Amino acid sequence: MSAAAAKQDVIESDRQRAWRAAAAVCDPEVPVLTIEDLGVLRSVELEDASVTVEITPTYSGCPAMNTIALDVEVALEKAGFSKPVVKLVHSPAWTTDWMNDAAREKLRVFGIAPPAGSGSRGVLFGIDEIACPKCGSVNTRKISEFGSTACKAHYTCNACFEPFDYFKCI
Amino acid sequence: MAAVDEISVDEALKEPLTTFCLRLADFALVSGHRLSEWAGHAPILEEDLALANLGLDMIGQARALYTYAGVVEGEGRDEDQLAYLRRDTDYLSPLIVELPKGDFAFTMVRQYFVGSFLLLYFGELTHSRDQTLAGIAAKAEKEMAYHRRHCGEWVIRLGDGTSESHDRMEDALDTLWSYVGELFECDQIDRILIEAGIAVDASALKDQWLADVRSVFEEATLTVPDSEFSHTGGRSGKHTEHLSHMLGVMQTLQRSFPGADW
Repeated sequence: MSAAAAKQDVIESDRQRAWRAAAAVCDPEVPVLTIEDLGVLRSVELEDASVTVEITPTYSGCPAMNTIALDVEVALEKAGFSKPVVKLVHSPAWTTDWMNDAAREKLRVFGIAPPAGSGSRGVLFGIDEIACPKCGSVNTRKISEFGSTACKAHYTCNACFEPFDYFKCI
Repeated sequence: MAAVDEISVDEALKEPLTTFCLRLADFALVSGHRLSEWAGHAPILEEDLALANLGLDMIGQARALYTYAGVVEGEGRDEDQLAYLRRDTDYLSPLIVELPKGDFAFTMVRQYFVGSFLLLYFGELTHSRDQTLAGIAAKAEKEMAYHRRHCGEWVIRLGDGTSESHDRMEDALDTLWSYVGELFECDQIDRILIEAGIAVDASALKDQWLADVRSVFEEATLTVPDSEFSHTGGRSGKHTEHLSHMLGVMQTLQRSFPGADW
């Protein structure tokens, strides 16, 4: 292996290490999901030992972004990267479609009904059947489209009478 | 947290693009601030949360737009400086959003007008050649769909409600109608940016918006006025006294303690 190629390998493994450190940061409002699960973590770049991380907001006004940015900086410094830079990017816009099935299941187990269907514009408002995360019944009713955080709506289950949060589909 | 720091904008487009971003940012911030004034005062708890959420959406949009305006302008001004240290006459928001929050009917009619307009506007802006604006718009468009639906349901419920709620909705509609025309204005700054594939021609959205508004208000048993008259001037810094009072409250912390941070 040439020296240049070997150096490239080291950079690549450092980049992966940086990615893993950033990817392990959890959403402060939904602590069972990492920012990688959510699709909030967009990229991790390494140049001359300095790391630049790009994150994207779930909602324009999501107050968790500042905490997430700070947590990413701390995680990277703990992993040995000095002065990491966290950037907020807006394009492409985040959608619940980026949340994988495993992440949706983690949400459900945590007690939050995962987003139903796709967040694409055409079907944004087509879904009205939300399953209760406790008992699984779809006999539920919407209390309010606006809940404890910007990303959640407030529901109640008519079968087991549990109130629950629904992670809105956008 | 750092924002996008490198952009490639034609030198000739820098000034109009900065103004464009500030207009949209001021629009969102003033609107968001008026919505936030309901916190703790809404008629029911769910509505208190809903209005705070709607306000939060708009303040979030404003933050992204101010940050980008500062980057395009290139004079090192950040979102806080642009929001808290500009005078009333520097603000470029349309007049409709600075009017005092009024009663619940007034807020719902206004936010229905604003939400249904911005839903169309941001929908078009997602096609902008400017990737940052297109990304902000893609997010905001979905949020505006919620605003339009939530406020539209209230417009119908209150318009077709009791005689008291119907009368209040009618009063709100009559007052606000004389401010909607400004939303669809398109001036030289807009035209330069439309030409460059960046901005949206708001005047082209009016028919679609009117059709949407008429169908909802008809269901609400309310008559949409015929008048075409509109107050105007906000987009070039000519405001009612209401904005000055609002900014006096909103800006007091940064003006008293410049650079204050959490």
